[in-house]
Amino acid sequence: MKSIKKFDYTILLEKMTPLIAVILALLVGSVVIRLTGEDPIFVYKTLFSNAIGNRDGWGNVLFRATPLIFTGLTVAFAFRCGLFNIGGEGQMYIGTFLAAWVGFTFIHLPALILIPLCVLAAAAGGALWATVPGILKAKTGVHEVIVTIMMNWIAASLTFYLVLLYKASATEAMKAAGVQQMIPHTDEIAEAARLPRLYNIFKFLNIDFPAHNQVNVSFFIAIGVAILAYYILWKTKLGYEIRAVGYNAIAAEYGGISVARNIILAMMISGAFAGLVGTNEVMGFKYRWRQELFTNLGFNGIAVALLGKNHPLGVVLAAILFGILNYGGALVNIYTEGRVPRELIMVLQAIIVIFVIISDELFKRLIRQRRKIA
Amino acid sequence: MLGDVFNAQFIASSIRVAIPLALAGLGGVFTEKSGVVNIGLEGMILTGAFTAVAVTNFAKNPWVGVLAAILVGIFLGLIHAITCITFKANQIVSGVAINLFASGITIFFCWLLFGETQIMVKNNLPIWGLSLPNIGEASTLVRNLIVIFAHHSPLVYLTIIIFLLSHIVIYKTPFGLRLRSVGEYPQAADTMGVNIVKMRYIAVLTSGALAGLSGSFLSLEQAHFFVKEMSGGRGFIALAAMIFGKWTPFGTAGAALLFGFGEALSIRLQGVSAVPVQFINMIPYLLAIFVLISAVGRAIPPAASGVPYEKEIV
Amino acid sequence: MPEIALEMKNITKRFPLVVANDKVNFSVYKGEIHALVGENGAGKSTLMSILYGLYQADSGEIFINGKKANISNPNIAIHLKIGMVHQHFMLVPPLTVAENIILGMEPRKNHFFIDMEKAIKKVEELSESMGFKIDPEAKIENVSVGIQQRVEIIKVLFRGAEILIMDEPTAVLTPQEVEELFEILRSLKKQGKTIIFITHKLNEVKDLSDRVTVMRRGQVVGVKNIKDTNQEEIASMMVGRKVIFKVEKKPLNLGKVTLKVEKLEALNNKGLPAVKDISFEIKEGEILGFAGVEGNGQTELVEVITGLRPASSGKIFLNNRDITNDSPRSIREDKIAHIPEDRRRRGIISDYTVAENLILGSHYLSPFNKGLSLNFAVINNHANHLIKIFDIRPSDKDNLLKSLSGGNQQKVIVARELYGEPKLLVAAQPTRGLDVGSIEFVYQQILNERDKGKAILLISADLEEILSLADRIAVIYEGKIVNILDPKKTNEKEIGLLMTGSTKNKELLKVK
Repeated sequence: MKSIKKFDYTILLEKMTPLIAVILALLVGSVVIRLTGEDPIFVYKTLFSNAIGNRDGWGNVLFRATPLIFTGLTVAFAFRCGLFNIGGEGQMYIGTFLAAWVGFTFIHLPALILIPLCVLAAAAGGALWATVPGILKAKTGVHEVIVTIMMNWIAASLTFYLVLLYKASATEAMKAAGVQQMIPHTDEIAEAARLPRLYNIFKFLNIDFPAHNQVNVSFFIAIGVAILAYYILWKTKLGYEIRAVGYNAIAAEYGGISVARNIILAMMISGAFAGLVGTNEVMGFKYRWRQELFTNLGFNGIAVALLGKNHPLGVVLAAILFGILNYGGALVNIYTEGRVPRELIMVLQAIIVIFVIISDELFKRLIRQRRKIA
Repeated sequence: MLGDVFNAQFIASSIRVAIPLALAGLGGVFTEKSGVVNIGLEGMILTGAFTAVAVTNFAKNPWVGVLAAILVGIFLGLIHAITCITFKANQIVSGVAINLFASGITIFFCWLLFGETQIMVKNNLPIWGLSLPNIGEASTLVRNLIVIFAHHSPLVYLTIIIFLLSHIVIYKTPFGLRLRSVGEYPQAADTMGVNIVKMRYIAVLTSGALAGLSGSFLSLEQAHFFVKEMSGGRGFIALAAMIFGKWTPFGTAGAALLFGFGEALSIRLQGVSAVPVQFINMIPYLLAIFVLISAVGRAIPPAASGVPYEKEIV
Repeated sequence: MPEIALEMKNITKRFPLVVANDKVNFSVYKGEIHALVGENGAGKSTLMSILYGLYQADSGEIFINGKKANISNPNIAIHLKIGMVHQHFMLVPPLTVAENIILGMEPRKNHFFIDMEKAIKKVEELSESMGFKIDPEAKIENVSVGIQQRVEIIKVLFRGAEILIMDEPTAVLTPQEVEELFEILRSLKKQGKTIIFITHKLNEVKDLSDRVTVMRRGQVVGVKNIKDTNQEEIASMMVGRKVIFKVEKKPLNLGKVTLKVEKLEALNNKGLPAVKDISFEIKEGEILGFAGVEGNGQTELVEVITGLRPASSGKIFLNNRDITNDSPRSIREDKIAHIPEDRRRRGIISDYTVAENLILGSHYLSPFNKGLSLNFAVINNHANHLIKIFDIRPSDKDNLLKSLSGGNQQKVIVARELYGEPKLLVAAQPTRGLDVGSIEFVYQQILNERDKGKAILLISADLEEILSLADRIAVIYEGKIVNILDPKKTNEKEIGLLMTGSTKNKELLKVK
C-alpha cells in the first residue's frame, strides 16, 4: 500500500492562530476607533509606520518590548508548571524597588560589582514575592490566582511605604517653590549601577542612532533570560520535572517527582523573571524608583505569554508586537491630539487574548475533525 | 479610643463596604455552582462602576445608571460565556482578558467622554428607611438601631432581597437543583436531559449582572466618583469570600461582612493609629489570604468547577 | 413473531482514532432481556449512547415501536420511554437520593418550587414495587455502590421508561449483589419492561437473558437465542478465535522474603481508616494476589507501599529493611516497580512523548541526566530499544502518549517499570480496559518476572485473573485481610463470599 503524505494545512494554520487573532483584534479595534471619530486606516497607518518605519521607532519598540519579555516569560514559565502566576505586577514592584535600593545604597561599589548586584537584587525581590503564593499553593493548596493578585496590592502598599522611607530629598528648585514631589520617588542610583543605552554601543560601532532613544542593554538581558527559560524547560531535569508537574501532577508524584518542590521552584524562577523588569525600568531608564499605581506591565505579560503560546521564542515575538502597539499607540495619541486615548492599546490587547484562546480551541476542533475524516 | 472606632456608624459602614463584595461574591456562587470559574468579576465590577457614573451623569438619574451597570455586566458575562462555554476556552485566561479589557475600556471612554480619568457623581441615590432622629430626640439605642438597619441606600435593601431570593432559587426550585447538578457532575445532568449550556449561560450572565450592580454600588454609593482601577481587587476578594462561605449565598454574605468589617476598620484606623497608612491599606488583602488558608480542607468547591463540558470522549 | 420494541439500522459512528460502530444492525423484542456482549472497545457502549441520544450517529436509522425516531438528545430518549443505567453511575454525589431521581423532571408545587414530599413518596413507591427499601433523603456520597445502582434504576423508572439499557451493571458488584440485581431485573421483566443488558461476562448472559447480540470491533457478528447457543460459541464470536486464554504457569520456586508488611494502617482521602491492621509477606518468585470488591482499601494499600500515601501505623520491610513512609523516589530507588491502577491519571504523562514517558522516575539519574542537562542521545536510544522489545505501536519514540491506544500505553508503563530489574512489582488492575492481545502480553510479562524470581503483588477486581495468576490469594474486605487462600483449593464462590464479608466461619477469619 502506498501512502502519499499530503501537506497538512491545518497544522500550519494552527501555528498561525496568534496572527489570525491579531488581525481579527485589529478589525474589532477599528470599530472602537470609529467611536472616537477617527479613521481606522489612518490610525493604524500612523501606528505601524512610525513604530517600525525607522531606527528610532525600532529602538522605542524594543525598549517597550523589554519589560514585556520579562513579564511574558513570568507567566509562560509558571504556566508550564500548571500555575497561573498573575502576580507579575507585584513581583516586578518588589524586584524593581530592591534593584533601586541596592543602586542608591551601595554607591561606592564599582560597576563590575554593582551592576550584577542590582540585577541579582531585582531577580531576588521578584522571586521572594512569588515564593509566598508558591509555598501556599504547594503546602496548603490555596489557589495561586487569588493570592498572587492580593500580593500585587500588598506590594503596591509596601513599596509606597518604602518610597516614603527612602524619599529623595527635595531639590533646590522645589524648596524654593515650596512644592512636594508629585510622584513620590527615591534618590537616583549610582552611575556605576546604570546599564548603557544602545546608543552608546551604536556610537562605538559608528552606526547612526538617536541619542535620546531609551533602549538599553536590558533588552539583551531579556533575550538571554528567554534563552535561559527555554534551556531550563526543555533541556534540564528541572524542566522535565516542572513540565511533568504541569501536565499531570499525579503522574509526576508517582514518578518520584516532588510536586510541592517544583511548584515552589517554578514560582520562584517565574517571579525572578518579573523582578528583572527592574533592569530596564530602573537600571536602564528612570535610574530611580517612582511610585506609580500599576503599570499594567505585569498584566500585559499574561497577554504576551498567551499570544506567544507560552514558548520563550513566542514570548519574545509577542512582546515585540505589543511593543509596536504600545509605542505606536502613544504616537497616535499625540498625532490625534489625544482624540484616540492610548488605552485603545489595552483594549486591543484584551481582544487579542480572547481571540487567541477562541481560535486555539477552534483549530483544535478542526484538527480533530480532519483526523476523523482521514 | 476603641469606643470611637466601634460604634453604630462603624457597623453601618461595614455593611456598606461589604455590599459590593457580597454581590460579586454571590455572582461567583452562581457561576461556580454551574461549573464556570469567573475571575472576570473584577473587570465587571470596574466596568459597572464606570458605567453607573457615566450614565447617571448623562441621564441625570442614578437609577438609569444602576440599570446600565447591570446591563454592561451582563454584556461582559456574555463574552465570558461565549468564550468559556461555547468555545470551551480556558476560563481563567478569559477572566484575565475581561479584566484587561475593563481596565482599558473604562479609561478609554472616560477620556473620550469626559476628558479626564476621574468623574464625580452628579445625581445621588436617595436614602431609604427611617430618618435619623436628632440626638436627644430618641434614645441612643434607637438611634443606633436606625443607623445600622434602617437608614441606607435602596441598593442595600435590594441586596438583602437578592440574597434571600438567591437562597430560595438555589435550594428550593428545580432551577437550583439543576444548577447544583451541572456544576457537580454535568455528565449526570446531561443524561437527565438538563441543558448544560443553557444553565451555564444563565449562571454566568447572572454573575455579570450581580458584578455590574456591585460596581454601581461602589461608585454611586461608596465613593460618589469613578476613578481608574477603583475596583481595587474586590472581584478577587469576593471570590475569597465565596470560598470562605462554602459556595452558599448566606455563607458568602457572612464572609463579605467579615471583609467589610476589615476594610471599614482600615478606613477608620487611618489617622487614628500609629501604624503607617500603607500597612493599614494591606488589611483587606492580607485578610483575604488568611481567609483562604483557613478555608483549606473545609470548603469543597463544586466538583466540575472550571472544567469545560465535553460531551464526546476524544 | 414477537413485537419489536426497538430497531437500529446501519448505524455508523466514527471517532478521531477509531470507527466505533460500523453499519450496525440491532433489534430487541418487547419484554425480553437482551444481552449485548463484546470485548472492551467492541462498540457496545457507543451504540447504546447513540440510542440514548448522548452521541449522534454519523449515519443510520433508529425505530422505536416501529416509528422512526431522531434521538438528538437524552430528552427525546426519555420522551420515547428509553432509560439508561450507565456503567459509571450518573449520580451527583452531594445531592440526596430523591434529588438525584427527580433531577430534570422535578414535581412542582406553587409552580416555582420543588415538591419534595411528593418526590419522596414516589421514590418509596417505586422501590417497594421492586421489593426493596431505600432512604430517599440519604446523600448519594454516603450510600453503597449497590444502593447507588438501585437509585439509577428507580431514576429510569421514575421517567416512565419501558426500555432499560443496563451498561455493564455487574462490573462493580459482589457476586451476591449481582444475584439481587438479577432478581430486580427479572421482576421488571414480569412488569413487561424491555431490558438491554451490556456485559462481557458470559455466565451472566446465560443466567439472565433471552437473546444475545455479539459485537466485535464495531460490528455485529451474530444474534442468538440463548437456548440455541453455549458459552464457547459466544466466546469465540466475541474474540474471533477459538481459545480465550489458558495461563501456563511454571512450578513455584520460592526464595527469600522480599516484602514484609506488619500491622499496616492508613487513611483514605476523606481521612477515614481504609487499611486496617494488614500483615503479609511476599517471597521471591511468588505472586500474591489481592481479591476484593473495589474500594475496600486496595488502592490505599498500594499507595502506602509505593510511598504515595503515608502509613498511619505499622511497618513495611523490603529485604528486611524498613522503608515505611519513605518518599516515592527513594522507594523507586529501592527497586519497587509499580503498574498503577489508574493508568491515564497516574501512570503516564499523556502530553509527553513515548521517549519522555519511558524515563519517568529515572530521568534524574545517569545516563539520562548528565551534568547540567538531559542526555537526549541516550534517552532516544533507550526509547528505541524498549519500543522494539515491547513491541510498542506505532514505533515512533516522538509520538505523544495520548495518541497511543490503551494497550500500547500500558506497554509503555510495563516497559518502563520492568526495565530497572525491580525486586518487587506492584501491579494494580494491570489489564483493565485492555484488548485480548494486550492482556496476554501483560500476563506473560508478569509471569516472566515471577519465574525470574521477583516478588509480585497483584491487585485485581477480576477474579478470573487472580485465580489464574496468583500463587496465593489474599481476600480483602473493608480494609482487612479476611483470609489468605491457596488458589488450587478454592473457587470463585468461596472468594465471593469472603469478599462480601458474609462468612460467619471463625476458622476462615483466622489470618494465616
